[in-house]
Amino acid sequence: MAELFAFLLSGVTVGFIYALVGLGFTVIYNSSGIINFSQGEFVMAGGMSAVFLMYAGVPLGFAFILAIISVSVIGIILYKLLSISKDSSHISLIILTLGFAIFLRGLAQVIFDKQLHTMPSFVGDGSFEIFGAILSYQSLLVIVVSLIIVISLYLFFKRTKTGQAMVAASVNVDAARLMGINIKKILVLNFAISAVIASIGGILLTPITSTNYEVGIMLGLKGFSAAIIGGLGNPWGAVAGGLLLGILESLVAGYISSEYKDAVAFVVLLAILFFMPGGIFGNLKAQRV
Amino acid sequence: MLKKSSIKVLILLLVSGFLSLNAKETIKIGAIVSATGPASFLGDPELKTLEHYVQKINAEGGVLGKEIELIHYDTSGNPKKAVTFTKRLLNQDRVVAIIGPSTTGETMAITKFIRRAKVPLMSMAGAVAIIDPVQEYVFKIVATDRMACEKVMQDLNTRGLTNLALISGSGGFGKSMREQCLDVASDYKINIVADEIYGAKDADMTSQLLKIKNNAKVEAVLNPGFGQGPAIVTKNYKQLKIEHPLYQSHGVASKKFIEIAGDASEGVRVVAPPVVVADKLADSVPNKQVALQFKNEYEKAFDSKVSSFGGHAYSALFAVVEAIKNKKSFDSKDIRDGIEELRNFVAVDGVVNMSKQDHMGLDTKTGMVLLEIQNGDWTVVK
Repeated sequence: MAELFAFLLSGVTVGFIYALVGLGFTVIYNSSGIINFSQGEFVMAGGMSAVFLMYAGVPLGFAFILAIISVSVIGIILYKLLSISKDSSHISLIILTLGFAIFLRGLAQVIFDKQLHTMPSFVGDGSFEIFGAILSYQSLLVIVVSLIIVISLYLFFKRTKTGQAMVAASVNVDAARLMGINIKKILVLNFAISAVIASIGGILLTPITSTNYEVGIMLGLKGFSAAIIGGLGNPWGAVAGGLLLGILESLVAGYISSEYKDAVAFVVLLAILFFMPGGIFGNLKAQRV
Repeated sequence: MLKKSSIKVLILLLVSGFLSLNAKETIKIGAIVSATGPASFLGDPELKTLEHYVQKINAEGGVLGKEIELIHYDTSGNPKKAVTFTKRLLNQDRVVAIIGPSTTGETMAITKFIRRAKVPLMSMAGAVAIIDPVQEYVFKIVATDRMACEKVMQDLNTRGLTNLALISGSGGFGKSMREQCLDVASDYKINIVADEIYGAKDADMTSQLLKIKNNAKVEAVLNPGFGQGPAIVTKNYKQLKIEHPLYQSHGVASKKFIEIAGDASEGVRVVAPPVVVADKLADSVPNKQVALQFKNEYEKAFDSKVSSFGGHAYSALFAVVEAIKNKKSFDSKDIRDGIEELRNFVAVDGVVNMSKQDHMGLDTKTGMVLLEIQNGDWTVVK
């Protein structure tokens, strides 16, 4: 019983990390309908720039803020690139984000380096013991911050004018524009928000797993799976998907074999795509043909 | 038009032929390294070391009065390129010996051509497969992962522990070392009582470690792996308060590991190539001086921490030079024999004793060092 609880707890920690990455996918998808495959690289950029600012002697808190700002600038640059693209079909834009991801990875190798980096845990190295399972302070911080981000995102989309405008823009661009919504502004804001979430994730993660230039690949993939499993476009869906993925992985690693762990994650993804193509929380939009 | 240009080319070729005849004769040694690309962390320090020491040897009058000419190609870790460049070294450049490649895959890809051309190869890659089975013209002076397993198991024997748990990374390094450890365990009467694997990019290894913790038989844990995985294992190990001794492989034998794993790394034992801790070795260790000299010279010349891969390049280059000197010959066949006859040859990677059956010549006594992390620094386990 204690073992099961420990596996669950470990899964929850990892799950929230996936959820944070998944949330970034959700935000951009919500407004523009594209999937941003450089989301994982945003996570990497957040962690790496925070670490290198820290090396440069910038105080920790200030380094975080600077890192988050610089990643949101990267997000806006990506948006600008997408908006000047001559071919604005979703497929070509998505491929553009993939290219941007590879570019960012290369850039990180040049600007930073290829080594692993870490930073001290911001809340100390201690841990709690709950029913024989162990939860480190930093993991708890990941969980709490993720929850705060999801709740504020949810409120933002539901309760604020700007948030509603974003939702409107994703449902029907032309109608939204006719209602006087500045689509460009909305999209810039969206890319920035998504980059901010990703960089916060990257910073929170670094003391736990350490970071390097290619840490974004697997995180991006898992975050994307989380978003799809939960239902693209729903912030709660990303969280549910992330948690499901994390817990499943942990249970498989614990009870069956760690070798099948990643495979199981992707089997679940396939099953969801086959039987519930809208994801757990998503409802497929009825489309006119 | 076409004729004219082809005549020009012919003349050019002739002239260049004469020029090269007139040029001072050199000992041509080939090098195949992955100086760029994913394996550049191997190839880059290797190439730097080769170039630095070839220059140094030549400045000191060369070998038997002849200068060494290092002809090197960058494969960026690609076995196909390694094959192309091997052919070029053998057929066009006509080298007397080849140093490299940096990785096992590339080495295995080119041995066929080495065998045909009968030119000795000094690989800088790690795997046992390169020298077992022995191939007439293929050598290496790089400790294998099997030796790392043996070093750990010898220490378990002295500590009186017999039940070992493995938790290995799923990458190539972890996989290969895990197999070697499973294979060699019975030689040291060690029982592998748990055998867990984690993904090389995983964020949390608590599940695997919990299984080990709840296994009453386990007395010690070994973590073959590379990159961030071992650091996370070490942190989780500490969080779960597992009391058994933890061993890490030579895959993480750098200060970077201590930095990333932080306080959790206290008391962890790590197998390492001697050059990493050259200054801490006892004076009685026969390869201490060579390793220390190399370390100091490398750090001065390149203004970066010493690389054990640079050490492999040093060992390879000087083994070839030593063979040439011993045989007083520049012939490939003689150099091959000379390498096979190296006895008590002190290299950075250990004391080398080659033979017909052993084309590596290293043993666990001088080829590997067991370290313990204390107060954030290495100490050598006696």
